[in-house]
Amino acid sequence: MIMAIPSTNRPRLARQARLNWDPVREQHVLLAPEGVTVLNQTGATILGLCDGERTFAEVVEELRGKYDRVADEEVRDFLARLAAKRLVELGDE
Amino acid sequence: MSRPYGMLAELTYDCPLHCPYCSNPLNLADYNDELTTEEWQRVMVEARDLGVLQLHLSGGEPLQRRDLAEIVGSARDLGLYTNLITSALALTPRRAEELKDAGLDHVQISIQADEPTLSDRIAGTPSYERKVEAARMVKELDRDWPLTLNVVLHRHNIDRVGQMLDLAEELGADRIELANTQYYGWAWRNRSALLPTREQLDRSEKIVRAARERMREKMEIIYVIPDYYSKYPKPCMGGWGSQQLTVTPTGGVLPCPAAHTLGLPRASVRERSLAWIWDESPIFNRFRGTEWMPDPCKSCDRREIDFGGCRCQAFQLTGDASRTDPACHLSPDHEIVEEAVRAANEDARPGKEDLIPRVKAGRRA
Repeated sequence: MIMAIPSTNRPRLARQARLNWDPVREQHVLLAPEGVTVLNQTGATILGLCDGERTFAEVVEELRGKYDRVADEEVRDFLARLAAKRLVELGDE
Repeated sequence: MSRPYGMLAELTYDCPLHCPYCSNPLNLADYNDELTTEEWQRVMVEARDLGVLQLHLSGGEPLQRRDLAEIVGSARDLGLYTNLITSALALTPRRAEELKDAGLDHVQISIQADEPTLSDRIAGTPSYERKVEAARMVKELDRDWPLTLNVVLHRHNIDRVGQMLDLAEELGADRIELANTQYYGWAWRNRSALLPTREQLDRSEKIVRAARERMREKMEIIYVIPDYYSKYPKPCMGGWGSQQLTVTPTGGVLPCPAAHTLGLPRASVRERSLAWIWDESPIFNRFRGTEWMPDPCKSCDRREIDFGGCRCQAFQLTGDASRTDPACHLSPDHEIVEEAVRAANEDARPGKEDLIPRVKAGRRA
């Protein structure tokens, strides 16, 4: 089940996950105990902003400074999907 | 050709435990001429250049290597995600700190049961108390250091899955892996004494489902059923020579840890580069892709899902590694697996047969 992330939530990378650059395949990856999740540039940028300090609203705000078109719902779904896979932790609100 | 994401580094087959389900080879004494620190460092560079992102440090018992922290440090310098799979017997606070400082990403501690008598009996040595102590110490050292508790399930301990989950929760583990025994190496020798009954499996699955519901946020629960009881075979290694490789203590390179049983031409990092072995070696090409497949796999819709199952299991059960894995209900050899399952369910008393402990023959202690 995909949960709705409130705008005031402060998401961060799960403690078992590490954001990395794969030099051979030239792509961003999220490394965790049993798996590698391939990310596109946008995905990597979003996760780079999820530091447990910024709120979801602030993450989206910063993305708007970098990209032309940022849909709230897409960012929300992206993070919720990773949270369901325990790669992102939804923090304090 | 795809590139491997993960490398299993079997640093040594030395181990203080004697688990009767160990997947290590039976001829442990043939693996004494272990790779040096420098050789492992070279292999890790070659692995990174080949595309490996995750390094699983296992054995045997990797802590038997005094240079473990050094190996972890080199792996981290290369950007690899490091995962230690250990019995934790030798995980003293000093060594734990050393590993933490070296950048070890994730600790997996094996436990044989949730209580000392059974756990020590299966491990073949007093070990339970020290394992639990080590698990606590990992979390005391750093609450954020990811910890997984590994339990291999079989006829003798599967009825205690509920208590194992409680223990993992109490220890503050982030994950628990409850994996039914896979029948290779020593486990193959002990199969009839280890294979659980259908009733045992049904009960444990129910408990796992309820626990997942209850601990959804708190702890990840991985549960692996024995393929003897499943309809389709396991997609072994995500395809032969497709995503993973294993390096043995003496530098042998294998598509999966059990592949030494198949009698294919050997490949070693002491003779060839990892890239050559991955791309060119006969052992890695033998069962790559779908060309080698016989029917029913060849024409099966699932051929790119489970890749014909496990080559080592096909060999073990039929004597021919290129047959469909008999665990598959579509295999013409499925009767072999059904027979073993029938036998396991005819007599539901656990411990009817003695377990043969893993021992290293031909070497003085």
